[in-house]
Amino acid sequence: MKTKINENDTQITQDVSTLQTVGNVFSDNAKMSMRNVNVFYDDKQAIHDVSLDIGKNEVVAMIGPSGCGKSTFLRCMNRMNDTIDSCRIEGDFRLEKDDIYHPKQDVVALRARVGIVFQKPNPFPKSIYDNVAYGPKVHGLAASKTDLDEIVEVSLRKAGLWAEVKDRLTAPGTGLSGGQQQRLCIARTIAVGPEVILMDEPCSALDPIATAKIEELMAELSQNFTIAIVTHSMQQAARVSQRTAYFHMGKLIEVNDTKRVFTNPEHELTEAYITGRFG
Amino acid sequence: MKNESIQNKDGAAKPSTIDLVNKNLAKRYRAEKRFKAYGVAAILFGLACLVILFTDIIGKGHSAFLQTYVYVEVNYDADALDISNVNDPQQLAIADYSAIVKSALREQFTDAKSRKQRRNLYGLVSNGASFTLRESLENNPALLNQTVGLWLLADDDIDTYYKSRGDNKDDAFVGRLNPQQVAWVETWIDQKQIKKRFNTTFFTSGDSREPEQAGIMGAMAGSLFTLLVTIALSFPIGVAAAVYLEEYAPKNKITDFIEVNINNLAAVPSIIFGLLGLAIFIGYFEMHRSIPLVGGLVLSLMTLPTIIISSRAAIKSVPSSIRDAALGLGASKMQVILHHVLPLAMPGMLTGAIIGFAQALGETAPLLMIGMVAFIVDIPGGVSDPATALPVQIFLWSDSPERAFVERTSAAIMVLLAFLITMNTAAIWLRKRLERRW
Repeated sequence: MKTKINENDTQITQDVSTLQTVGNVFSDNAKMSMRNVNVFYDDKQAIHDVSLDIGKNEVVAMIGPSGCGKSTFLRCMNRMNDTIDSCRIEGDFRLEKDDIYHPKQDVVALRARVGIVFQKPNPFPKSIYDNVAYGPKVHGLAASKTDLDEIVEVSLRKAGLWAEVKDRLTAPGTGLSGGQQQRLCIARTIAVGPEVILMDEPCSALDPIATAKIEELMAELSQNFTIAIVTHSMQQAARVSQRTAYFHMGKLIEVNDTKRVFTNPEHELTEAYITGRFG
Repeated sequence: MKNESIQNKDGAAKPSTIDLVNKNLAKRYRAEKRFKAYGVAAILFGLACLVILFTDIIGKGHSAFLQTYVYVEVNYDADALDISNVNDPQQLAIADYSAIVKSALREQFTDAKSRKQRRNLYGLVSNGASFTLRESLENNPALLNQTVGLWLLADDDIDTYYKSRGDNKDDAFVGRLNPQQVAWVETWIDQKQIKKRFNTTFFTSGDSREPEQAGIMGAMAGSLFTLLVTIALSFPIGVAAAVYLEEYAPKNKITDFIEVNINNLAAVPSIIFGLLGLAIFIGYFEMHRSIPLVGGLVLSLMTLPTIIISSRAAIKSVPSSIRDAALGLGASKMQVILHHVLPLAMPGMLTGAIIGFAQALGETAPLLMIGMVAFIVDIPGGVSDPATALPVQIFLWSDSPERAFVERTSAAIMVLLAFLITMNTAAIWLRKRLERRW
């Protein structure tokens, strides 16, 4: 058994830059499309020539072993990596027709259209209300206090948190439980009314019950939003997504319908990963 | 697994792991106790020094809060005062009040015959007594040509004598008093014509060559104005510099160079800043000497590195998850800084600023260079009036030969400490309030 894994290790650490993505990276109704993306941290290349479409109202899961570049790829989709000086990005990112990395593209406007939820719940050290109201406030989405109240309520309802917090909107957001905090962060993101929501391992810091709630939420959210989710849990990917992308050492190895990936993967690396032979 | 293999190799003689652990356990606990004891000893040493310092200062300085007054029955004799119209303020202002004090003293102590003896007699009452007389006559013109008993400020030699005397005459510090003067004072004491009152002069007047008339108010006002200038300049500039360096500045040779220089400036002796202030603010910009504005500018320069360094540390300690959250929602960089980073960093920045301001408040050397060491009697009314500062006042008084300045020096130290404690308490309260916003 042991020796077998070792054999596999040598096989999977071989140069993957020549590998071609198998499956179908394209979508008929693409909300976001990325083409020939290369990402470098200083001289180290983190993403090798990745192309991927995210269809409208689709949930796309990105899976792969740690350090495979899936989070980097996700963060490039709303230019969160701009804050990292050493990060260099090549390739074509499009949100519908708009070039995300076009010099004239305003990053603030982009992030209003492409929201992000992070791995660790990170509510602002402010009240629950202010947490949700912050986005609409900075973008000037609410004309009056009543409008803002409505946005906050609707967002909290969509995030399935309204019933739990409606009586304590002025309580600090940091005082909620981990799962509630993460749903607060989701509410905060949808309050801005984005078209796409990026989720970077949103459940990795949560217990199974909170995870179940968030997964349920994702299914509802996908009716209105396009979702790209990075996850370490293959079960989660299988449960929530319509398509799954498997990343390996900065390469996109395989993209297919989720069912197909988990039942009959095309690529041997995908199969090795989902059957738990490494990861 | 590993343990087993070792034991197998060396045989059963090898003691078990738990025995080895137990053997060392006592030694480890002893070491731990010693380690803790070092800390306790350090704290006790610090506390002991503090207690000694405070006992010494309070022991020496508490008497300065009381001042000796003597009861003299003076006759507001219109001729002696040279007042023809009591409602004329000018006449009241230039009237010779010391003359009626002198005549009152002559009347009580008839044994003062020679000029020299009389001069000694007049010396028992402070020449500041004139102001008391003038004030009471101004408030009540009907007193003219009346005889009134008044408590007048005693001379500092009498003050020192009376305070050191206690119950036993022989313990008293005589100093410059001659035996005849001592006898006069003893007469007052016997007739209960002398007493100690709370020393309001000390808190309401400026500096004086006469200890009994010297007060701390001028220095306090000077320190306050200097500090206000320092706070108004160094905090905003320091925070702005820290925000730029931490959030916007590219990481390159120039920013490295700036950073190294800021760190070096924090360690530069403060007198150098004084020289700089002298050369630039007074020499080049031709600002006035001895004014709190220049003092504040110099102290700002001195405080800036401290504030920048601590502000940068505070900004750095704001978790990146909060920045990411705000950026991810589409907040601009400025919004992230103003709405999230600064509020969260504020308590830390304030802590550094408080340390800087406390340091500035206690600073003497740079102020000497820009002339805030001058003898200034008037209480400054603004940042451009000549002034001195509390630590400089302490320095000046400690240099004075009069015995009565010893207690005033200690009292001034107490006032400076109280000033510091008040300021720090206010700042800590402010910090707590900001922290409470989660």
